[in-house]
Amino acid sequence: MADQAIEVRGLEKSYGERQILKGVDLTVAEGETLVILGGSGSGKSTLLRCLVGLEQPDAGSVLVQGIDLFAVDPRTLGALRQKMGMAFQGSALFGSLTVADNVDLPLREFTRLPASTRRIVTRIKLALVGLEAAAERYPAELSGGMQKRAAFARAMALDPELMFCDEPSAGLDPVTAAGLDRLLIRLKEVFGMTLVIVTHEMESAFAVADRIALMHQGRFLVAGPPEEVRQSQDPIVRRFLDRLPEDDADEGERYEQLMRSWQ
Amino acid sequence: MTGSPLRRFGVASQHLLADVGRHYLLATKVAERVFVGPWRGERVRLKETLVEVYRAGNESLPLVALISVLVGMILAMQSAYQLQQMGAERLVAQLVAVSVTRELAPLLTAILVAGRVGSAIAAELGTMKVSQEIDALTVMGIDPIGALVVPRLLGLMVAVPCLTLFADLVGILGGCGVATFLLGQSASGYLMDSVHALQLEDLWGSVLKAFTFGCIIGLVGCHQGLETRGGSGEVGRSTTGSVVRSIVLIIVADLFVTALLYVRH
Repeated sequence: MADQAIEVRGLEKSYGERQILKGVDLTVAEGETLVILGGSGSGKSTLLRCLVGLEQPDAGSVLVQGIDLFAVDPRTLGALRQKMGMAFQGSALFGSLTVADNVDLPLREFTRLPASTRRIVTRIKLALVGLEAAAERYPAELSGGMQKRAAFARAMALDPELMFCDEPSAGLDPVTAAGLDRLLIRLKEVFGMTLVIVTHEMESAFAVADRIALMHQGRFLVAGPPEEVRQSQDPIVRRFLDRLPEDDADEGERYEQLMRSWQ
Repeated sequence: MTGSPLRRFGVASQHLLADVGRHYLLATKVAERVFVGPWRGERVRLKETLVEVYRAGNESLPLVALISVLVGMILAMQSAYQLQQMGAERLVAQLVAVSVTRELAPLLTAILVAGRVGSAIAAELGTMKVSQEIDALTVMGIDPIGALVVPRLLGLMVAVPCLTLFADLVGILGGCGVATFLLGQSASGYLMDSVHALQLEDLWGSVLKAFTFGCIIGLVGCHQGLETRGGSGEVGRSTTGSVVRSIVLIIVADLFVTALLYVRH
């Protein structure tokens, strides 16, 4: 069995009274593509934020390459973070920098490469995502799909061993979304990195995943290869996969109650 | 907010204390990055700090010059009216020099910088926060405090005293203009009187106040920006909040620094 790139044990997280993660356990093998699937409010984005150390969990631990993210000295954490890349849902490109400068930023911060070499590396990264022509443009001048690709290029600037993607194809048209899926598969083939993707887009999930974990109300309902998940008979999993709405009867009753309260 | 006045007062006090605590925490993080960081191999970003000094100075200089010269002129006219009645017009120079240097230049400069630069910092950091740019920095391993807050705060701690010294000079020159053209005094005599009226303590006081105000503007602006939650509407709220809080805190700090420096027992 391959070494574990990520190991999550008993992760719990609450915002005020509301518990978002209810004891999540998870392992991701090196070189694996794990897709965390789930509906809105299922806790998948909070889990991702814990995985990259943006959110401190209330209980449990997150081990990345054997290092506990929340019990490590800042210097080791800094070094570990250089092995991690993340593409955010809204791209999170620096609006005051050009696309090329966005990609160059991690190189400038963490390498001693001369500016001319950094420029070449930046061009290579942008070429990988098909954005050479947009290098000198600002993020606001790019389409949604181009922004996502630029975010990938920036996340890959330091050749990360682990890549995290938050809703990579959300808000994109099907053609652009399919293009991004293909890009992710190609990037993984080229760089052999471990990929953790959080999404609610099923087509994307089944297209890119080695393993899918479906999250519901802060817990994993099922985790396994795409075919295994597709065959699952768990009613909540089925409802998600078959795109069935949540209890309509209850909704109707709630609507009626609301209308009555207004009269 | 609902409930009895006592409850509302309690809740408001709780929010205020929490707010003070968050400002204090940010200040300690900045101090740690500036004083302890270099010993751990974390550099203070001098280039970015100089950019912030230039930005704060460049954006505020014309406005500070205009307001200072006008205030110097107004003060000269107002004091001349009073002093003329006692036949002591010659004291206009001293009054303007001391009032501008000790009080008006630091205070007005700080208020202008709070409106111009502090608000821009809050808006910039707030936008970065809501668009997850600050999260992106953190994930990259770049500490947002060291990369964004420290340069802006240090920049203001340098820029505001420099602008204040400039405002001192321009304010005195404004008063000199009024004394020369309206009161018939000689410009050289006026300037000599101003120089004689001022003591080194006044200039140090001016700089100390400006330094304190620069800290307040930077800290409040950065804090408001970093605490922005939600969408773009909240950025506007943070921006306005930074100006209002900065001005209130500047005036409160002014009271304490003035009492510390100039009240003799």
